[in-house]
Amino acid sequence: MKNSLYLSIGILFGITMYKSEAASWFRIYEMFNFQSFHMYGIIGVAVVLGILIIRIIKRFNIKSFYGVPICIEDKEMSVKRYLFGGVIFGLGWALAGACPGPMFTLVGSGFFSLLIVIAFAVLGTYCYGVIKDKLPH
Amino acid sequence: MEFVLQPWPWYVSGFLIALVLFLLLMMGNRFGMSSNLRTLCTICGAGKKTSFFQFDWKAQKWNLLVAIGAVIGGFIAANFLSIQDGVEISQETVESLKVYGITSSETSYLPTEMFVDVSPKNILLLSVGGFLVGFGARYAGGCTSGHAISGLSNLQLPSLIAVIGFFIGGLIMIHVFYPFIF
Repeated sequence: MKNSLYLSIGILFGITMYKSEAASWFRIYEMFNFQSFHMYGIIGVAVVLGILIIRIIKRFNIKSFYGVPICIEDKEMSVKRYLFGGVIFGLGWALAGACPGPMFTLVGSGFFSLLIVIAFAVLGTYCYGVIKDKLPH
Repeated sequence: MEFVLQPWPWYVSGFLIALVLFLLLMMGNRFGMSSNLRTLCTICGAGKKTSFFQFDWKAQKWNLLVAIGAVIGGFIAANFLSIQDGVEISQETVESLKVYGITSSETSYLPTEMFVDVSPKNILLLSVGGFLVGFGARYAGGCTSGHAISGLSNLQLPSLIAVIGFFIGGLIMIHVFYPFIF
């Protein structure tokens, strides 16, 4: 039951990524050229609603579907790791035109070359794990 | 049905992404897709040598299911919920892409010049792009879903820094490196 719920949420997410065109390289290119409101609108609406959702969950101590309190931990403060990591991520996002969610969606929609992107994203993650302690965080 | 078959407007899409965030919170989880890349490393045995990958990957099975769902969702959307393949980007964008020899935006969801033509150069570009996404996402502790959606929704300053980083990187790639690449 729980498994099929996760799968269904994933399907909703995948369809949304594809149909919103957020999974399209063209939209990412357009976004970084500031030539359309589309991507900013998507992220903006998601974040505004997300802020409301999290406010409401915290304010009314809403419990999960399974009756467990929802506590959302704060992220550890630092500048270097978020800035450096973010810049490296952004370089890749703008080149491959896909972030980790849409990569999967695009394979399903028939663009099998994204398997190369996924394989190297896994390799990149692995390399980070190996040299992590030598990097400024 | 006509409305469904057309590309979805930004406000519908933004609403649905917030719904995914809400549903995952209500399931007792957090929305973040790049964690799956780390889980895949662990499944491949990366934990044997590197402590960063030593964790019980089965605790992350739920997120892999979301990723498998995302693949299925892509299949459904492309095959049953779309009547057009092109992406209606702005005319300005279409013109600027012509300079790079990319002209497939009206007929394809992704530029065929880069994602369908299998050339050594394209394989290199996709490999480098994927590598940077994977490395950067873990270094920054999250990607677009974990920082730009989940983190900003929880008013996290670290996530704002990461998102600013995403944009600095993206702008450098497109405005500095693209003229040399394409």
